[in-house]
Amino acid sequence: MIRVGTVIVLIAVFAATLGPVLTPYDPSAQTLAQRLEAPSPAHPFGLDELGRDILSRLLSGARISLLVGLAVVSVSSLIGMTLGSIAGYFGGGVDDLISRAIDILMAFPGILLAIALVAVLGPSLRNVVLALCVIGWVGYARLVRGQALRAREFEYVQAARALGAGPARIVARHVLPTAYPAVIVQATLGMAGAIIAEASLSFLGLGVQPPTPSWGTMLDAGRSHLFDAPHLTVFPGLAIATLVLGFNFLGDGLRDRIDPKAET
Amino acid sequence: MPLLEVRHLVKEFSRRRGIFGATSVVKAVDDVSFTVERGETFGLVGESGSGKTTTGRCILRLIEPSSGDVVFDGKDVLTLSRGELRRARRDMQIVFQDPYSSLNPRMRVGDIVEEPLVIHRLGSKAERRARVRELFDLVGLNPDHLERHPHEFSGGQRQRIGLARALALNPSFIIADEPVSALDVSVQAQVVNLLMDLQQRLTLTYLFIAHDLRLVEHICSRVAVMYLGKIVEMGETARLFATPQHPYTRALLSAIPVPDPDAPRQRIVLDPNSFNRAAPLREIAAGHYAAT
Repeated sequence: MIRVGTVIVLIAVFAATLGPVLTPYDPSAQTLAQRLEAPSPAHPFGLDELGRDILSRLLSGARISLLVGLAVVSVSSLIGMTLGSIAGYFGGGVDDLISRAIDILMAFPGILLAIALVAVLGPSLRNVVLALCVIGWVGYARLVRGQALRAREFEYVQAARALGAGPARIVARHVLPTAYPAVIVQATLGMAGAIIAEASLSFLGLGVQPPTPSWGTMLDAGRSHLFDAPHLTVFPGLAIATLVLGFNFLGDGLRDRIDPKAET
Repeated sequence: MPLLEVRHLVKEFSRRRGIFGATSVVKAVDDVSFTVERGETFGLVGESGSGKTTTGRCILRLIEPSSGDVVFDGKDVLTLSRGELRRARRDMQIVFQDPYSSLNPRMRVGDIVEEPLVIHRLGSKAERRARVRELFDLVGLNPDHLERHPHEFSGGQRQRIGLARALALNPSFIIADEPVSALDVSVQAQVVNLLMDLQQRLTLTYLFIAHDLRLVEHICSRVAVMYLGKIVEMGETARLFATPQHPYTRALLSAIPVPDPDAPRQRIVLDPNSFNRAAPLREIAAGHYAAT
């Protein structure tokens, strides 16, 4: 499973970095005469409603998906790890404050909150990342808090305190590293979540704005041609499903590697 | 002047049952007082749950005591500011019971022993490395193994690493919290001998927390017996072992295994109602105190 996931993710990364070199067509070049043309040897995935090559657009869309995923995962894991370790290590009032914030955000349907935020801030790629981070850090914080609560009692943490180490050093050197394996798994699964969320927001017109190709906007554009030209939606849909599946496989596989007891 | 003086130390843990339940208070350490003279090994013995480990951690302020005084080398440890406490910790260190959980498994052993020097910003990188090699040598480890991880060492070797870390800052006082009870008997002797050897060479003072009475008899000059958070008897080791006064001490001493299966022995079973638990410590002979 972990191999399948790795292969899918590697292909996506490869496509995103080399995409423009791989296809002879400009993803935004329009040939209106050939609009909605079905897949052919020249255009393996066909052409869209403006006569643009769907394969080229998918490859540049992969870049958006991965970039959004990466940005959301790195920013939210950083915030989540910081707040989670502070809550878990110090406990008391700080913990109560952070834990209640986590509880409140967990009670919200994430995607609705993101939609509301983007609606207020205005649709753009940056705001999508921002909105997804606002809800994204919660998972990491909860995870790291639990680990920090446990690690606080370890004798080597006590030893570091006895040696005179300050809280920042103890958290960074002795507490956080115990959470890294779990965070890596969470981040891999978080990539899948962020990719779906970006596609959903773009589909609703709240994310990446045309003409920049994104898998979500491509789905949206194909919606009105669902019956006369299904290749407009089938290929972006398959791309989203495959990449998300890849990240989920990778995450699940990593989890099994790290904690063999949890294997099902 | 004694190196360490503990006066009326109390540590209470409060726990509430449920949201509306009553708060119950457990006195883990209940009015404990003793002194440790410079250069001696003072034993603190008792069964698990008697409060001996909590007492040790309160002295280092790894746990904040509820009340009392801890005077170390003329300074009241409990009133020190954070910065002062940091400096004070260079002089008082701890060796833990479990050699497995007391070393960070993700760090190389050389970095573990170097960490105290890094924390207190002592020396250049090269000087610190040289000091770490010196410390490895001091505790009988091969200085060429600095790059290894803790899991590559045996329990006894790990305890030596923990000791090297504690000695890195040149402390004068070490709390040894059951330092050998997690080790095999054959390895115990080696580590105990190392502790005694280091005490001679570095003029260290030990607070030795243990439940193995034979070990305490072997290495401690004075000993205090704790029971349910209180010291019930305290005095010179030889005298206390020869003429135990408190019923708990007698029961504890009668439980020491005798290395002779045919030897006649009588186990004394402690009757908790046979003595007054609130009785204060009083001097029954010169330097020998008992709560009877």
